[in-house]
Amino acid sequence: MEIGLNHYLVLSTILFSIGLVGVMRRKNLLLLFFATEILLNSVNIAFAAISHYYGDLTGQMFAFFVIAIAASEVAVGLGLLIVWHKRHNNIDLDSMSTMKG
Amino acid sequence: MELYLYIALFSPLVGSMFAALYGAKPRTKIAGVVPSALLITSLIASTILLAHILSTGEIVHVEMMTWMATGNLYIPFGFIVDQVSVTMMMVVTLVSSVVHVYAIGYMDHDKGFNRFFSWLSAFVFSMLILVMSDNFAGLFIGWEGVGLCSWGLIGFWYHKESATWAANEAFIMNRIADLGMLIGIFLVYWNTGTLQYEGAFAAMQNLDTEILTWMGIFLFIGAMGKSAQFPLHTWLADAMEGPTPVSALIHAATMVTAGVYLVVRSNELYALIPDVGVFIASLGAFVAMFAASMALVNRDIKRVIAYSTLSQLGYMFVAAGLGAYWVALFHLMAHAFFKALLFLGAGNVMHAMDSELDPFKMGGLGKTMKASMVMMTLASVALAGIFPLAGFFSKDIIIEAAFVEHHFIIYTVLLLTAGLTAFYSFRIIALIFHGEERYKLFGFHPHEAYKFMLVAMSPLLILAVIAGSLKMTYFEMVTAVLPATEYHLHSVTTYWIMTIGTQIFVILAILYAYKKYANSSIKVPDGTSKMEKSFVYKLLINQYYIPYSYEQYLIRPYRELSTIFWKQIDMKIVDASVDGIAGIIYGTGEKTRAMQSGNLSTMLKWMVLGLVILLSLAVVFGLAARHFDEIKVILSGLGV
Repeated sequence: MEIGLNHYLVLSTILFSIGLVGVMRRKNLLLLFFATEILLNSVNIAFAAISHYYGDLTGQMFAFFVIAIAASEVAVGLGLLIVWHKRHNNIDLDSMSTMKG
Repeated sequence: MELYLYIALFSPLVGSMFAALYGAKPRTKIAGVVPSALLITSLIASTILLAHILSTGEIVHVEMMTWMATGNLYIPFGFIVDQVSVTMMMVVTLVSSVVHVYAIGYMDHDKGFNRFFSWLSAFVFSMLILVMSDNFAGLFIGWEGVGLCSWGLIGFWYHKESATWAANEAFIMNRIADLGMLIGIFLVYWNTGTLQYEGAFAAMQNLDTEILTWMGIFLFIGAMGKSAQFPLHTWLADAMEGPTPVSALIHAATMVTAGVYLVVRSNELYALIPDVGVFIASLGAFVAMFAASMALVNRDIKRVIAYSTLSQLGYMFVAAGLGAYWVALFHLMAHAFFKALLFLGAGNVMHAMDSELDPFKMGGLGKTMKASMVMMTLASVALAGIFPLAGFFSKDIIIEAAFVEHHFIIYTVLLLTAGLTAFYSFRIIALIFHGEERYKLFGFHPHEAYKFMLVAMSPLLILAVIAGSLKMTYFEMVTAVLPATEYHLHSVTTYWIMTIGTQIFVILAILYAYKKYANSSIKVPDGTSKMEKSFVYKLLINQYYIPYSYEQYLIRPYRELSTIFWKQIDMKIVDASVDGIAGIIYGTGEKTRAMQSGNLSTMLKWMVLGLVILLSLAVVFGLAARHFDEIKVILSGLGV
């Protein structure tokens, strides 16, 4: 069986769903970052696959942008995480509720 | 000449602003002296303009600046000094100069001295705008300006409930009439395309009579309000709550004559619609008689004089309605002099009697107040129209005009009114100055007014006496712009019989008033005498029950209706719907606040939920757009 566009898209969807569940269920900030990475990379897979399918490089370029953004996001996020950990000695999401309305 | 025009117009404004600077400060003489001096400057400038017009007959017309220019609408701040407006300017500046100087003495002990002069000068400025403007829009600004100043001055003693009530009454009644006036002005603009007098009157010559009639009627409604003609007359008598100099200036000499001025100014319009003119004349004659009858019994000297003003305004409208515009203007002028004098004399009496206004509590004041007595008596003689004082020349000619124009009913009414006028004028003179000194019973210590107040009044006295001799000069001047209608009876004998007959009738009325009220048997009425119980007396003292019926049949139902609208419509529909919308938004916020628990994990769940909803919407709409044609077929099949 030849591997076509649909396979990639299905993979992307599965990864995205896993990411979403991770975002919703995880209480550990570090694991939340992992879930976000999975989300972003599932989209990257879709971008690259569709770009190849149409023979248009725009999607792949976009994937690079996403990678760049993801890297910087993680850099900032991890910085904040370390600060938070130094102050509160935990990285539990439930303890971060200063934004209560 | 332009310079003099601007000086005449703007010095009262400067005076007003100067006095306003001291508005919140304690009473200071300078706040009265400077506006008075500036008004005298204005008077001098007006006199120079008058001399200019008399000698050259040249009209001064300036356009200070553009006020509004949009599309076809062009309204400048333009001022015109012609034979008509210069007359009004002279009357206004002269009477107000006198009143200003007089008021320095009269308001001597009043806390609001500075405020008073600020309002008074502002009034003069507005009045000058009204008479000098060369278009209807400027006239309307002045019209509203004098209304505002009149409100401020009637309600000058604002701590008195009755004064504020009277001020509001005057203002509201004038607003009702001003609506009519405004409609009239709109009609003029729609049909002639301009508000400049010159252009508008020229264009009116080619218009339909029907449109012109409406214009005439609506403009006259405005005049009826300002000049307090029936049925909008009740405010004038109540306006006497204001200080007496105000009554003399605004509610006798100047503002209330603005209506007459408007009709005279629009003479070219009214000449085209004689039917409206006849209506104006008939209403004027009715008001003359109606007001005079109320003056017969009133027990408040200022109100008597106010009714007399009303009655004389009626005369002026008769003249204006019958096309004798110059006569109306001439009577306006003469009336301003003797009526202002009469009011200022009444002011002296009030001052002497600690603001007591009931003439039955006075009597015999002639001994202590000789000068005031002479002035008031002469003013009353002039008002009654005895030869050779001003009233004889101006009032008799109106009566003659009615006769010559074959309006015999109007003529009879006016003749009878002349008798009534003489009677009520001398009734109060007799009650105040002659007879027993009844004031001693009430513990008053009357004294004559300050010397300078009497000196200030003297120009009015002189003019009230000699104004009649100016008639022919005046006629020649003013007929340059007004129709020169002269009234000559066909036979000289008729003329003499009529004149002498009128004179005898008036003199008999005066003598009867003296006989009845100057004797020593007059007592302060206590409601027990036969006359006071009669129906006619009750009718007259209650002003024909008109204020009562306004209160009962207009104001009360209106108030009840307003309550219904407030409680049922405003509170239950308008307010309720607005509050409902606010309540929904507030409630939603209150309910959904729980979402913002501050827990990052929960918020992420909400975010995912939102994403899912948006995505599914996008999918649904995308499908709907793609299958639009099929959906249409299905929907049409369902009969939508």
